[in-house]
Amino acid sequence: MIRRRQAIALLALAGLFIALYLWLYRIGVIGELRCGSEGCETVQASRYAGFLGLPVALYGVVGYAVLFAVSLAAMTPGNLTRRGPEVALAALASLGFAFTVYLTVVELFVIHAICRWCVGSAVIITTIWALTVSGVRRRL
Amino acid sequence: MKGFYVLLAVVCLGGVGWLAYSAYKKPAAGLGPEEPVPVAAADGFRGYTLGSDSARIEITEYSDFECPFCAAFATVQMPVIRPQLIETGKVRWRFRDFPLSLHKYSRTAALAAQCAGEQGKFWQMHDQLFGHHAWAQTDKDPSGLFRSFAESSAVNLPQYDACMASKRYAGRIQASLEEGQARAIQGTPSFFVDGRHYEGHPTSDAFQALVDSLSAARRKR
Repeated sequence: MIRRRQAIALLALAGLFIALYLWLYRIGVIGELRCGSEGCETVQASRYAGFLGLPVALYGVVGYAVLFAVSLAAMTPGNLTRRGPEVALAALASLGFAFTVYLTVVELFVIHAICRWCVGSAVIITTIWALTVSGVRRRL
Repeated sequence: MKGFYVLLAVVCLGGVGWLAYSAYKKPAAGLGPEEPVPVAAADGFRGYTLGSDSARIEITEYSDFECPFCAAFATVQMPVIRPQLIETGKVRWRFRDFPLSLHKYSRTAALAAQCAGEQGKFWQMHDQLFGHHAWAQTDKDPSGLFRSFAESSAVNLPQYDACMASKRYAGRIQASLEEGQARAIQGTPSFFVDGRHYEGHPTSDAFQALVDSLSAARRKR
């Protein structure tokens, strides 16, 4: 179980840096996205790069930071045998996964552009989600 | 557990290093040296514009209706640029044709837009051509489709047909292309801000930042 939570923490940290990179670009700290195509800037500059008045990347920063913190907390000796952290991680990951599905549909069918960093984040959150769901199912 | 902390440190250092490097390498999105604007030949037409004549900044776009990047710009960036910069009176937007030779139907599309423009419907046709861009991927003659776009744009069709048949504005489009070539345009879309080549990223945020900085600089003078 601890291996799974370690994997979740590492993935969440990697996702946090991707989200930070996209957010720093959005607020102008980073001037150019290294993407290998025009897709990243097309996506980042679209109206869908914001949600409820905030940059989508900022939701990623907060989401991954919380996932990272919860996964670290879940590794403390007192929490290793408790079911609560497992459910909390699964709930957070499911929220992130659902949001990622929405963003991917928008990229594919509305903006018609793919941001490779967003794909990277989608792979990470999908893996985290699969790990957390498998963790919850094992405890049932 | 020790291995986990080592991995955590590696990801952390890698991420922080990458972010620091990206921020340090920030390019200066800006303008090139001021260049003389060639006078367009043919009827002296200088392109359709959007926005107030009294706007203090003019952005000229050289575009190709068959170009996918131009379509992406028109459908993703322009809907933001219009309310932010054009409708607020900050910018006057000028559209110039730059039909690339590798595109089979660029000139037909440009002609269709000019023929709609003759009836005051250039921007409606512009939006139709870019908004329904699947025609650019089919390699089929899109003349019939363009006619339906004209109809959707409330263009008088007999007048449009006569304009298209006579290629009334072919010289105007060629003059626009030559104007762009004289300005050493390498691809589409290309932009000039108050006559200076814009070398930054063509995004609404970048244009907003540039316009704000130009406006602030002018206020200081």
